[in-house]
Amino acid sequence: MINTLTDPPADSTAANALKVDLPSAKYSIFKRIWATYKNTPFKFKLGLAIIVFFVLLSVIGPFVAPYNPNANITSSAGVNLAPSATHLLGTDSTGEDVLSQVLIGTGPTILLGLITGVIATSFSVIVGLLAGYYGGIADEIISLFTNVFLVIPALPLLIVLVAFIQGGNITMALVLSVLGWPWGARVIRAQTMSLRNQDFVAAAKETGESSLRIMLVEILPKLVSIIASSFIFTVLYAIAASVGLMYLGLGDVNSITLGGMLFNASNQSAFILNEYWWYLPPGLIIAVFGMGLVLLNYGLDEIGNPRLRDASKRQKIGKRNIRPSDPTPVLALLNRQVGLFGRISKLPFEEEAGKNKSKKHSLYGRA
Amino acid sequence: MRFILRRLWFYVVAAFVAITINFIIPRLMPGNPLEAYLGKNQGSAVLTHSALCAIAEQLNTTYQHCGHKQPGIFVQYWDYLVNLAHLNLGVSATYDTTVAHEIALTLPWTAALVGFSTILAFALGTLIGIVAAWRRGGATDGSLPALSFFQGIPYFFLALLLQEIFTVHWHFLPSTGGDSTSVVVGMNWPFIASALEHSILPAATLVLASMAGWSVGMRNVMLTTISEEYVLAAQAKGLSTRRVVWTYAARNAILPNIAGFANALGLAVSGVLIMELVFSYPGIGNTLYQAVTGEDYPLLQGIFLVISLSVLAANFIADGVYVILDPRTRRRAAD
Repeated sequence: MINTLTDPPADSTAANALKVDLPSAKYSIFKRIWATYKNTPFKFKLGLAIIVFFVLLSVIGPFVAPYNPNANITSSAGVNLAPSATHLLGTDSTGEDVLSQVLIGTGPTILLGLITGVIATSFSVIVGLLAGYYGGIADEIISLFTNVFLVIPALPLLIVLVAFIQGGNITMALVLSVLGWPWGARVIRAQTMSLRNQDFVAAAKETGESSLRIMLVEILPKLVSIIASSFIFTVLYAIAASVGLMYLGLGDVNSITLGGMLFNASNQSAFILNEYWWYLPPGLIIAVFGMGLVLLNYGLDEIGNPRLRDASKRQKIGKRNIRPSDPTPVLALLNRQVGLFGRISKLPFEEEAGKNKSKKHSLYGRA
Repeated sequence: MRFILRRLWFYVVAAFVAITINFIIPRLMPGNPLEAYLGKNQGSAVLTHSALCAIAEQLNTTYQHCGHKQPGIFVQYWDYLVNLAHLNLGVSATYDTTVAHEIALTLPWTAALVGFSTILAFALGTLIGIVAAWRRGGATDGSLPALSFFQGIPYFFLALLLQEIFTVHWHFLPSTGGDSTSVVVGMNWPFIASALEHSILPAATLVLASMAGWSVGMRNVMLTTISEEYVLAAQAKGLSTRRVVWTYAARNAILPNIAGFANALGLAVSGVLIMELVFSYPGIGNTLYQAVTGEDYPLLQGIFLVISLSVLAANFIADGVYVILDPRTRRRAAD
């Protein structure tokens, strides 16, 4: 056994002896992409697909919108039309084409969420890193402050602020950011605190790295999954809050956004008149986009936590679910491999399991 | 006990911050409560000078023509705290009653709705999470991603959809209001029945929208807990599945869910405030909206304060439950 620390490989033969065949070297790029795709959790893929779809929709939407969304048709013939070939999603009470409004309004709504997410998450990363790394009295004050902001319900404050600071969508994004950062800051601070006491940080300090470098180069990369999840939740919060505030008539309801559409729809009694073509599209886009964000976050969780990931690949022996950490996973593998070549013979424990087959495996019954 | 005291100290500070924010916000805003009051009541032309001054006094504000002098900001702050200590929240311009009276009228509706629905959502969601984790890969587990649709949907839109389906289409449930107009408010059966019937849709909205978060949280922690060796040991001892699931796995997996109560409650309250408008529910969210549109500062201030303090109180209770369930917090505090 060569001690790599004390005896660095002097010649090429020793280096060759240490060389390990990485599995990646054996397969073509396509196979590796396919393998990565196959190993990515389904929730992650579905969530990403939903988000990419709506982002693309909002980018190309303004170019393919069939009508000018503000073109009011004053004659009553064009007002409140049900979906038809000329207006695929019908028209609203002022004769505006709903499809065009949706195509143009999705962009600003998602953009507002993303801007808020970027601002608030950057702020929570800065605050969380500094507080978690330095600790001390500043940390006490910051964590008290974030905790206080967490327990005080945000919406009344938002309603009051947005009602009186009048402005457009950018103003709303700023107000939402001001109230949206504490959650992320708290999680990032906690994680930074636990990383700070680990050996690699001590080693970095020992080699004379500056605090800034330790924070940015050593600690920050290990926070990526937490930052991503905090970003996702901030975007979700921002979209829900902005749409809710617009539904109340706060903010710039005349700009074409999904929230503004819902405000107008409910103001013109689209719900009571059952004009589903008007209120369903904006609401469903918000709901499905939110669902995409939530799924993406679950997917990230599964990537980070193997126990969650394995749960989706159910392995059964008899009627019993096998846990990833059970002491005899070999049996489960064996069971599967037997399936490939036809059953050779029953293993002793399978006999046992076979007897219970008629008994339904239930939460309450004995497994 | 030490832990509880430390948390109590935190909540005292948090309440103080909420009270201070509440003091600052109206002072940052344009306009004057007196102007808002007069604009609302349209009576400024006929009011005598002394009557105007009397109203200004009542509204706890200053009016320069009455010889009032704006006191320093700290004096104002002290006066505000003294008034608060006497539960004097001022007079509402919109409703022409004291703010305290208006809040006492509307808060019970919201508190009952949020309290009941949040606890129901917590119980149902946690239960689903336990089943999904125990039978991982099964039907319950497989349907969890579908539940995330309800997590992404804004509360008020779900409320509008349910209202559309159950009242406009099927005439199944009452669409708006908190009780039927024909009953007398009080502790009598017709009123309670009517109030319950009217709260089915708002409660259903709240439960549907918040249940998914609890389920997924519970499932994920429970999956990690199930893999622990003490659960395996419990099974190896031959304990019944019921015992292993409930007293070994779920008992410990529920802790992060309870710790997450604070965040969830804030979200639920925020959601309810908008949702009440959809159902014209006679709760505090509707009143808050009236206060904002009517620029009714005293009412606004009072409502914000009461909501913040209620959420703080609920969180304190959740903390207490956590201490009871997790002995480690007690031991850590004792060290």
